[in-house]
Amino acid sequence: MNGIIDLGLVQVLLSYIFIIMVLIIVRRRGINREKEIAISSVRMTLQLIITGYLLAYVFENPHPVVTILIIVVMEGFAVHTVINKFKGKLSDKLKKIIAFSMVTGTLSCLLYFLMIVVRISPWYDPQYFIPIAGMLIGNSMTGVSLGVKSLQEGMTVQKSWVEEALILGATPKRATREILNQTFDAAIMPTINSMIGMGIVFLPGMMTGQILSGTSPNTAVTYQIAIMLGILGAVALSVMIMLQLGYRSYFNEADQLIE
Amino acid sequence: MIFRFSDVRYRDIIEIDELTINKGVTILLGPSGGGKTTLLRMLNKMISPTKGQIFFMGESLAKIESVQLRRKVMMLSQNPVVFPGTVRDNLAIAFEFQDKIKPDDDALDDMLSRIQLNKKLDDGVINLSGGEKQRLALGRLLLLEPEVYLFDEPSSSLDDDTEDLIIRMLSMHVEKQGQSIVMVTHSKRIAEKYADVILEISEGKVLRSVKNERDN
Repeated sequence: MNGIIDLGLVQVLLSYIFIIMVLIIVRRRGINREKEIAISSVRMTLQLIITGYLLAYVFENPHPVVTILIIVVMEGFAVHTVINKFKGKLSDKLKKIIAFSMVTGTLSCLLYFLMIVVRISPWYDPQYFIPIAGMLIGNSMTGVSLGVKSLQEGMTVQKSWVEEALILGATPKRATREILNQTFDAAIMPTINSMIGMGIVFLPGMMTGQILSGTSPNTAVTYQIAIMLGILGAVALSVMIMLQLGYRSYFNEADQLIE
Repeated sequence: MIFRFSDVRYRDIIEIDELTINKGVTILLGPSGGGKTTLLRMLNKMISPTKGQIFFMGESLAKIESVQLRRKVMMLSQNPVVFPGTVRDNLAIAFEFQDKIKPDDDALDDMLSRIQLNKKLDDGVINLSGGEKQRLALGRLLLLEPEVYLFDEPSSSLDDDTEDLIIRMLSMHVEKQGQSIVMVTHSKRIAEKYADVILEISEGKVLRSVKNERDN
C-alpha cells in the first residue's frame, strides 16, 4: 500500500476554491446566503483545527475524567442543538425528556458497542470512545430532532383526532399511537436510507477516513458495518425513549389534553 | 341521581352552585356561548372544574379515572371527527380504542339502518355530508352502549324529519336500555317533545330546571 499523502496548508487552501465557486453562484443568482456560507466554512475550519489539536493532546494523555468530560460536552451540545433548532415552543417537560432520551439512548448503545463489541482497553480509551460517541450522538441528534418536529406537528395537526379518541375512551397512549408511529418512522428513515445506499451510492465518512489513513478496506468495512448498526440502535432507542415519555407531556394527570 | 354539582366553577364560563341531573333525558337549552358545551365536557372529564366538585353516581369525578369514566359517559361532539378509512372502520374504531372485541358486520349493518345512514360498510368517509358524519359518529357511540350519552346538538346538521326520527330512536333506545341522555339543543320543540327535565342555561348559570311532560 502507498504511504499517506499529507495535505499541506497550501493544498487545504486550494480546496477553498469550492467555497469561492459556491459564493459566486449564489451572488449571481441573487440567493441571499453568502454570509451563512462564508461563516459556516470558517466556523467548520476553526472548529476542526481546534478539535484536531484537542484530540491529539487527549490521545497522547488519556484520562477517564477527560473522556467523560468530552462526552458530557458532546451530549450537552447535541441536546442544546435539538432544542434550539426547533422552531416553536417546547414545554419544559418535553425539553427534559429530550435531554434524558438523548443521553440514555446514546450512552447505553455507546457503552455496549465499546465494551461488548469492540472491547476497548482501557475502558476510557479516547481514540475509540470519542469518534464513536461522536457518530452515535450526532446521528441520534438528527433523529431526535426530526422526531420532536414530527411529534409536535402531529399533536397540532391531528389534535382533533386525539381528542375524539379520548372522548371514545382511548387512553392517551392509544390516542396518540398513530402519531407516535409516524414520528418514529420519520425519525429513523434517514438512517435506514443511508444504510441502503452505503457502499453503492457513497462510501461512508468513517470508512473513507480509515481507508485514506492506510487501514485495509476490509478492516474499514467491518468497523463500518458494526458502527452503522450501532448508529441505528442509538437513533432508534433515543427516538423511542423520547416518544414513550414525550407523548405524556401533552396530557395532564387527568388524561386531558393540555391547551 | 347520576350527576351532582357542588359549587362548581370553570374559569369565568360556568358558575353552578347546586345542580342534580337524574336518570332519563335531560336537555340543556339556552343561548350560544352560555356554557352548555363546557358543562357537557366537564361531565366526561374532558375538562375539570377550576373550583368545586362534580359527582357521578355519588363518587367525585376527581377520584374517578378519566378513561374509565369516558367509557361509561360518552360524548357526541357537535362536529364529531370522522377518522380516515371506511364506514366500517369508523363504526368499530372505539372498540379498538377500548380494547374490546369488534362487532360483526351484521351488527354494523343493523346500526347503519337505525341511524338512517344509507351507506355500505366498505364506503369511504371522505365525501360524507355533515349530517351523515354526525349520524356515523352517533352510530359508533350507540354500539358501545354506555351508561350516559352526552349529546352536543346531535341533530344540528339534519333536516327536521330526520332529526325527529333520530331523536325518537335515541330516546326509545336509552329508555329500553336503562341509560340516560344529557343533550344540548337549540330546539325548544325537541326539548318539549323528548325531555324529562329541561335545564335553561345562560351565562354559565342554570336559570331554571323544569320537569317536562313529554309531548310524544
